[in-house]
Amino acid sequence: MSDFTHGFWPIYISVITLVSIIGTWVFLKSQTTRKLAPGEKPELIEHTWDGDLQDLNNPLPRWWLGLFYGTLVFALVYLVLWPGLGNYAGVLKWTQLGEYEEEVQKAEAKFQPVYAGFMQQDVATVAADADARAIGKNLFLTYCSQCHGSDAAGARGFPNLTDGDWLYGGDPDTIKATLTDGRAGVMPALGDALGADGTKAVAHYVLSLSGRQHDAALATAGKPKFEENCAACHMPDGTGMQAMGAPNLTDKVWLYGGSEAAIIESIAKGRNGVMPAVAQTLGTTSNKEAKLHLLTAYVYGLSQKR
Amino acid sequence: MISHETIEKNLGLLIVLTILIVSVGGLVQIVPLFFQTSTTTAVAGLKPYTALQLSGRDIYIREGCVGCHSQMVRPFRAETERYGHYSVAGEFVYDRPFLWGSKRTGPDLQRVGGRYSDAWHVAHLLNPRDVVPESNMPAYPWLDRPLKDAAIQTKMRRLNLVGHGYSDADISGAPGELEGKTEMDAVIAYLQVLGVHAPKN
Repeated sequence: MSDFTHGFWPIYISVITLVSIIGTWVFLKSQTTRKLAPGEKPELIEHTWDGDLQDLNNPLPRWWLGLFYGTLVFALVYLVLWPGLGNYAGVLKWTQLGEYEEEVQKAEAKFQPVYAGFMQQDVATVAADADARAIGKNLFLTYCSQCHGSDAAGARGFPNLTDGDWLYGGDPDTIKATLTDGRAGVMPALGDALGADGTKAVAHYVLSLSGRQHDAALATAGKPKFEENCAACHMPDGTGMQAMGAPNLTDKVWLYGGSEAAIIESIAKGRNGVMPAVAQTLGTTSNKEAKLHLLTAYVYGLSQKR
Repeated sequence: MISHETIEKNLGLLIVLTILIVSVGGLVQIVPLFFQTSTTTAVAGLKPYTALQLSGRDIYIREGCVGCHSQMVRPFRAETERYGHYSVAGEFVYDRPFLWGSKRTGPDLQRVGGRYSDAWHVAHLLNPRDVVPESNMPAYPWLDRPLKDAAIQTKMRRLNLVGHGYSDADISGAPGELEGKTEMDAVIAYLQVLGVHAPKN
């Protein structure tokens, strides 16, 4: 509150606030008709409306006046206890930031011991722990499910984490590295280099790798083109390379679809599979490391046979 | 002291006194905000929206995204754990109008920049259920059409009047920056810059 550009502003705030409170008090007081003595008739105000409507100057009900003065007293008490008058911090020294930090500290005091226990254990041990799985599931739903789905089975373009097939590797360290730094898979567009016929031929060769229905003649024609253009990342036998995030083309797992049309699209236009560095968004508390550890264990555990 | 009868019989005086009383709150709570460093200075690294982001922001407004998505992370642990650092005033100095919103049918978007890939946003805007089966967000398939924002240069010049500081090169280059883009590209460019200059934890 103390970053006003000029010392005038705290005074401006304080003066208007206090003048408005005291001013309304004085004003109301000056306008209040005194309480009538028993039997006393209220004064008749000297105007007549609509022919015969007359106005009596009755005093305001005392309970109503009491409520109004009550709000003024409340305002003054508030201004003593809490910030409100310029730079004055209030007797209670309350700040929004202070309240937030108190809330965070309270939560950390509660969760830190739980996290500390899991931090002592390696990922595989944590993954086998039911409590850790429950925590990990909550973390997964908060930070990962938007892309990988709440059941972790993924969607088109977003890998299934439950099937034991890994683009970059499924050991604990690799999973943690993926979460920490993110991944940027780049498959270049080869449509121009291969031409329409070449693309189709390569697609049929790729279909043949996993034993899908394909045109044998086209596949044979596509084989040398595959070796020339694709094998550097997907390896000559098509089993892929985890260091590059190049998928294995010989299994039944298709990130962007395994139909002829989908494969042709992948070859022609390329693919960019980006995983953001999730570790940077795991909340704001000092528990980030522990959350990363638990999340790694949860993801690791998803494809382990239990 | 002025009498009750005088006020009641002088409409002009009654209006003046009424305005005086009802403006106290605004004079005390709103006016001083224009003279505070934290509300008028941009956070480190924050830049005015580029032409593409600015167009995307207008599409965000056109499609009514603000009706379901807030852009204001409140200082509660439950929010900072999910979204990131709570919002600070200096993040909004180039937001005219601000899009804080007041309702969260969907999640807050103040920290969405960089959180998902561009490809995710494309899939999600075309049909949210393709990536989040539980989602009740409407699909926006029509965003996949050419971006036509003829007023972009006028908008940038008007924003310069209130201190956005676009250079002549920024303004003359704006139509080129939008050339060949779709509305989807613009919205995603806008979403991907939200909160990237947030205070670090």
